[in-house]
Amino acid sequence: MTTIDHPVGLSIRGGTKVYPGTVALKSADFDLRMGAVNVLVGENGAGKSTMMKVIAGVEQLTEGRILMDGEEVVFRTTDDAARHGIGIVFQELNLFPNLSVADNIFMARERTRAGIDIDSGAQREEARRLMRRLEHDIDPDTLVGDLKVGQQQIVEIAKSLSQNARILILDEPTSALSSAEVEILFRVIDELRKDGVGIVYISHRLEELLRIGDYITVLRDGQITGARPMEGVDLAWIVRNMIGDASKDFAKDVDHAFGPEVFRAEEITLPSSRGGLAVDHVSFSLRAGEILGIYGLMGAGRSELLECIIGGVTHYGGRLFVEGKPMAERSVSGRIARGIALIPEDRKQDGLVQILSIRENMTLSSLKAFATGIHLSLKQEALSVADFIRRMTVKVASSEHEVSSLSGGNQQKVVIAKALMTRPKILLMDEPSRGIDIGAKAEVFRVMRRLAADGLGIVFVTSDLDEVMALSDRILVMSNGRVTGEFDRADATETALVEASSLGHGPDAGRAGHFREAS
Amino acid sequence: MSEQTLARPAATGFDVNAALLVLLKARTFIALILVFAFFAFAAPNFLSVANMVIMSKHVALNAFLAIGMTFVIVSGGIDLSVGSIVGLCGMVAGWLILNGIDLGLGFTIQFNTFEICFLVILVGITVGALNAFLITRLNVAPFIATLGTLYVARGAAMLSSNGETFPNLNGNAAYGSATFRLIGAGDFLGVPISIWMLIVVGLAAAYIARRTPLGRYIYAVGGNEKAAGLSGVRVNRVKYFVYMFSGFCAALVGIIIASQLVASHPATGETFELNAIAAAVLGGTSMSGGRGRIAGTIVGAFVIGILSDGLVMMGVSAFWQTVIKGVVIIAAVVIDQAQQRFESRLALQAQAALGK
Repeated sequence: MTTIDHPVGLSIRGGTKVYPGTVALKSADFDLRMGAVNVLVGENGAGKSTMMKVIAGVEQLTEGRILMDGEEVVFRTTDDAARHGIGIVFQELNLFPNLSVADNIFMARERTRAGIDIDSGAQREEARRLMRRLEHDIDPDTLVGDLKVGQQQIVEIAKSLSQNARILILDEPTSALSSAEVEILFRVIDELRKDGVGIVYISHRLEELLRIGDYITVLRDGQITGARPMEGVDLAWIVRNMIGDASKDFAKDVDHAFGPEVFRAEEITLPSSRGGLAVDHVSFSLRAGEILGIYGLMGAGRSELLECIIGGVTHYGGRLFVEGKPMAERSVSGRIARGIALIPEDRKQDGLVQILSIRENMTLSSLKAFATGIHLSLKQEALSVADFIRRMTVKVASSEHEVSSLSGGNQQKVVIAKALMTRPKILLMDEPSRGIDIGAKAEVFRVMRRLAADGLGIVFVTSDLDEVMALSDRILVMSNGRVTGEFDRADATETALVEASSLGHGPDAGRAGHFREAS
Repeated sequence: MSEQTLARPAATGFDVNAALLVLLKARTFIALILVFAFFAFAAPNFLSVANMVIMSKHVALNAFLAIGMTFVIVSGGIDLSVGSIVGLCGMVAGWLILNGIDLGLGFTIQFNTFEICFLVILVGITVGALNAFLITRLNVAPFIATLGTLYVARGAAMLSSNGETFPNLNGNAAYGSATFRLIGAGDFLGVPISIWMLIVVGLAAAYIARRTPLGRYIYAVGGNEKAAGLSGVRVNRVKYFVYMFSGFCAALVGIIIASQLVASHPATGETFELNAIAAAVLGGTSMSGGRGRIAGTIVGAFVIGILSDGLVMMGVSAFWQTVIKGVVIIAAVVIDQAQQRFESRLALQAQAALGK
């Protein structure tokens, strides 16, 4: 395989993208080769999605140029990009579940007669042709909502192809697919590659990248740290470029002894809406003062596990124990009373009531503590809120302002304060550093350390290798709903974690899955 | 609006933003004063004591429903069934006064006024609980669930009398129900009983909203149901409360109307739900939930009530009244949107001044 076979179809030179507060992309040089799979890898927030959004016309570069066939091009909108033959399939699918496959493929570009009458016959025919090309037998009249996620992905790809895409960007296409569906997708990608389509493939699943990629580009903190043909690349090389030599410093201060076991989960099992198990017989125990990191990829079942523990979902199997005593409470409030608190992954959706004030959000879980009978002591509440604002160093103009006026990091501190006000024994934190800047991150981690030293048991979920290595006393790795590795801080290595996190995603797992279904 | 803080003249001079915000926040109150002042000049006899009493009685009916509606809307729902509950409860009251309950054993149980009120309120609360059951357990959208009970309750009211009026609800001194009339007609210290009831219910509702955990939960559920649930708020219980409270308020209105008219008609209360929603919205309640105040709602009910009574006194046609009412409601919502944007901009500015 030589580079001659794969001409450069698009390149970025000195691409820089600045968002308020952060630089998402720093003078990146990127070549996209046609008739090949260009894989893009990096941790969350490394700038992969930003770079692709720039190519697809969703965002514009602050500085730098995009070149196609030696000429500079400017994509102001996705339509501009589509006209240049660039299609993108986002991680979150942008389909209308209530409309048919054909309607979705031709959304806003309907085939019409005289501009008003939709020519459904022609659309159907074209959709059928696309499906044949993608080797899928999906009826164009089926509602997209009735399709499986994998099939929906195919519809998205068909939509891009119907716009004559010469460049196809796939952003984590396999995160929601079963192994059998992944195989089909890979066959489709193979076909497209033979047709000379240039494919950009973003994924966290490194084994997949090694298998399908022709060229690899690694990003770290907005910079390209490695770019080469895939030959000779191995996991260690990828991890080294992803993480870098200098680890970010979330240093652990003094060691403290752990207390007795505060929490134990046994055989937690949660059926998935996609069939199979989202959480597959997970057991672990946690001691007072211990920080347990759960590392894994998106969709590994980590958030679902935490939801089972807090009682956000109730149709799971397994047993939970707090301080050795079984947990009989089914409701969230009952579990909070037993000393469990959750800091959800999605602050906006699950963590905060955006239109209530900072004060009202902070005390939402612990209002009973400020009430005698039904009477709420607003004075006591205000005092307590002021105390937590000081302790958590939340920067607020007034605690009466709507919580949505705060920056991400400060919002996260409000969520943490809300959890702490319930005086928990076990703190569950789902991606506590998601969407907050470096400074706030460090503060959140300092708070976690201090809490652990005070004897709280902390379970925290992350997909950031640095974080999990630096913060955890013990690390569990989850993949496909199962615990695939358990490491002490002393003997955990990045490579071992990454390997464990992609277990069960290979073709073997797919076969095993079918075997299980058949028997 | 009681808790308006006056604009503090800052050291650098008069704070225009703060003053504007106060004006915007107090808009319903200002509207009330304007409407009041206008009719005081334009409508003869408007300021007479007799007129004030009559008007406040009219307003009270809508205010009860609007208070219940405010809680429902703040929790993120809607209750279309209140008008029908008014009608049904009026019929139940009429039935109990006229017929008692026939046990089918050759004798009937008769009730005194308190027992009648208790049973009628129970009916209202039960319909509210049914709404909540449909919404929480069977996952019916609030709009549809309460639309359904709107028809069911109205139909039940019609069936109770075959569409006839229950006349002469004077009660019977022998059964202790002769005092039923006093609820609508009596007064205490010169103020009608129904107004006293409104004061009690209004204060209680305002207290619940601002000073109890339950009240805070209502706002949280309306603001973000999922986050409230994950914070340990018992979302279903909160919903049961708001719909049952709304049913309770509607039952009170049913009793008061039956007592005032000394009769109950099954069509009583049609479109009352729309007036209640209008009063709540006029008072600053957000239809998307999480925002609204009892005091604002009561002021809103007064604006609507005074507007329609005043226009009647001026001899404006009923058709024009309807148009004017609609325009006022739309204007209120437009100003509300402006206030929200303005307020969040001020908060963001204050936050930005901290340098994040």
